[in-house]
Amino acid sequence: MIIYAKATTKLRSGAHIGTKTSVSSIMGKVMLAIAPATVFGLYCFGWSAIFLFIVTLVSALFFEACCLKLAGRPIKATLFDGSALLTAWLLAMTLPPFAPWWVGVVGSGFAIILGKQVYGGLGQNLFNPAMLARVALLISFPIELTTWANVSPLFFPSSPDIMESWRITFSSIVPDGMTGATTLGFIKTEFSQNRLLPDILKEYSSISNFFGWTRGSLGETSTLLLAGGGVWLMQQKIITWHIPVALLATVFLLSSGFHLADSGHYVSPFLHLNSGAMFLVAFFIATDYVTSPNTPTGQLVFGVGCGLLIFVIRTWGAYPEGAAFAVLLMNAATPLIDYYIKPRIYGRDRHGKPLEISK
Amino acid sequence: MLRTLFAKPRLRGGVHAEERKSATESSPVITSFPLPKKLYIPLQQHVGKPAEPMIKVGDTVLKGQLLAYSQGMISAPVHAPSSGLIIDVNDYPAPHPSALPIRTIVLETDGKDEWINIVQVDDPFALAPEEISFRVGAAGIVGLGGATFPTAVKLNMGRENQVQTLIINGAECEPYLTCDDRLMQERAAAIIDGVRIMLHGMGTASAVVAVEDNKSHAYSAMYTAALPYPQIEVIQIPTRYPMGWDRQLIRYVTGKEIPVGARSSELGVTIHNVGTAYAVHKAIRYGQPLVNRIVTVSGGAVALPMNVEVPLGTIINELFSFCQVNMDKTARIIMGGPMMGDPLPHSALPVVKGTSGVLALTKDELRDKQEQPCIRCASCITVCPAGLRPLDMANNIRINQLDTAVDLGLKDCISCGCCSYICPSNIPLVQYFKYATGEVMARQQAQHKSEQTKKLIETRNARIDKIARLQAEEERERLAAKAERERRLAAEAAEAEQEVS
Repeated sequence: MIIYAKATTKLRSGAHIGTKTSVSSIMGKVMLAIAPATVFGLYCFGWSAIFLFIVTLVSALFFEACCLKLAGRPIKATLFDGSALLTAWLLAMTLPPFAPWWVGVVGSGFAIILGKQVYGGLGQNLFNPAMLARVALLISFPIELTTWANVSPLFFPSSPDIMESWRITFSSIVPDGMTGATTLGFIKTEFSQNRLLPDILKEYSSISNFFGWTRGSLGETSTLLLAGGGVWLMQQKIITWHIPVALLATVFLLSSGFHLADSGHYVSPFLHLNSGAMFLVAFFIATDYVTSPNTPTGQLVFGVGCGLLIFVIRTWGAYPEGAAFAVLLMNAATPLIDYYIKPRIYGRDRHGKPLEISK
Repeated sequence: MLRTLFAKPRLRGGVHAEERKSATESSPVITSFPLPKKLYIPLQQHVGKPAEPMIKVGDTVLKGQLLAYSQGMISAPVHAPSSGLIIDVNDYPAPHPSALPIRTIVLETDGKDEWINIVQVDDPFALAPEEISFRVGAAGIVGLGGATFPTAVKLNMGRENQVQTLIINGAECEPYLTCDDRLMQERAAAIIDGVRIMLHGMGTASAVVAVEDNKSHAYSAMYTAALPYPQIEVIQIPTRYPMGWDRQLIRYVTGKEIPVGARSSELGVTIHNVGTAYAVHKAIRYGQPLVNRIVTVSGGAVALPMNVEVPLGTIINELFSFCQVNMDKTARIIMGGPMMGDPLPHSALPVVKGTSGVLALTKDELRDKQEQPCIRCASCITVCPAGLRPLDMANNIRINQLDTAVDLGLKDCISCGCCSYICPSNIPLVQYFKYATGEVMARQQAQHKSEQTKKLIETRNARIDKIARLQAEEERERLAAKAERERRLAAEAAEAEQEVS
């Protein structure tokens, strides 16, 4: 008798082999890239920031599990694919460090349930869930979302200790003199007092802003660490340069033009790039696969659009920072961009007609 | 400089898959494969119409004897891979994922491997170009890169279109496969001779042999062999799958992009595989038809991976025993490479003209994980050499919007597998596209059929109506004639009566 070899796996078309990259490995790398900025933020703002961070992440996993159960999907396999964790992580990075615990819970709930699962789960959502939650929180709870903690690093004598921090997060008891305005917020209010920039920015230090030693959202403050993480992601080929470069260059060029024309009323390009959520958004939020265009040219358009909107909102809008709004607006434009900007098929022109034969 | 910056890219998409060629690339082709007792020779080993058998059960044949002749414009004949007795002409499983039956000649070898009287040609360049393609066609040569298009047809098209450039494809971009690599290393002079004969056959001035830059030994062998012939240039091309896709290679070498629906010869370029050039050399110089080929046997379940020259019709299982394949470890059998090759249900299937390799892959080598949701990472768009958007096509196919998938370019998909390879969510994209292509075709056929039936019914009804109308008319005429006759008779009778009275 002859023994024949038999295929023991499904007869599926090629490719029969593949890369080792998986959804979880991509999510993991993004988390690794934002880890330094996060750790630095947690250190700068102490125990309250750590509590808020944990509450946000844990509640996101809880909401994700609930949704998966309701939808009748496998919980174990999907819950730990890293996507819910990453969404919550990015949301937490944009929250004020002394925000009460329920801000994190409501934010996570919003991001996971309304931002992602109602659309059908991973890959189906139109808007960036973290930014959707951030904007919803900002509009619903403006006070909590604009109370910015002073830099109060862990284990510093002047910083709140663990018990005090517990009360800040879980009882909303913020001691006096621990909060203030962010640079962008300060500029906006001072403009309304008719002061001019050179006067307003007397105490501004671009160095401490660059390293992240300043008031701001939990993980947004360190331009240096965020840029480092972003560059590493590009080197790992998780993201391409198109969106970050287009976004940052647009803001830089626009603000340069206005600043050169009137430096008393228009903030310098360096301050623009060095403050608020600029680098976090450019490298980690706007580059979200699901909600950004999928061709390089489309991504350039998307990046330019984001940069333009950020600049417009910051300069003329009511809010000091417009990154979240800008990303959401461009998310809404993504299907349109993908419809009009698509690769040319081999042997066809841009309109899909076969090329002419030319010898 | 601006022009080079804005020129059309010569290479688009593609992946650099792990090559896994080292197991077989450095040892010589084994030519001592024991002659199988039985050979199963399918009559369809090529694109086009199957060959028509001209022998019957009980005939004794010699090696190289014509067993089945080519039928129609696009077809190829089949020859006896060894000498022996024809014991069956019947349906046997085809080397195809379906293993559906296909007409096959079964040859019981007599062990003598005795050649039929073959005619050697000392100076092929004295033959008329038409004679070259005629002989190539008669030798049953088809594209040996895997496309299996009859070579003679391509040579004729090249001659009729006065092609200026012949490209010889030595890319061998599929992982694992090294049969072309070894052929180039060991038989470079014969390949170059085949190229010269092809040039003569098409009346073409120059040829470019393109070898991927991961095959430096093959490149230098070919380069040296081509030195005496200024009309043949040997170049190195980047190692990037699917470099061996004819249209990609043509664009890289000549900068020409073949329009959809056109043939490369219309743009003055023809492309042939190195294995085909070698077969042409054998057929023209030595009069030997295509009866054997080099096959790469490799994969994690193969104890002795190798390149081995086997007669066509050899059962893969015998190859596997020769190379000591561990049957228990074999998770998937693939004919061809791991990117585009076809999975086979079992190994009791024959080697055919297009079999460049047979792989026995273990579970670890395969990527056979659970499909996850698409995260729109767009890597499939980045790697697609045809400029398609696989993720959008797959999404539409999933919800049965096949027409939208066709609009998105489903028919321009070349099934190269780059998208499936790169997808982090393990989505079997090519499987979707093949399913959709088949389904679209089935629907078109069904529609065509119902239209034809409708037409038949309509013509039948029209015919019946016409007959009824004619009959009615006839009847009316008959009745009218009858009435007329009766009237006349009556009138005559009345007249007669009058006369009487």
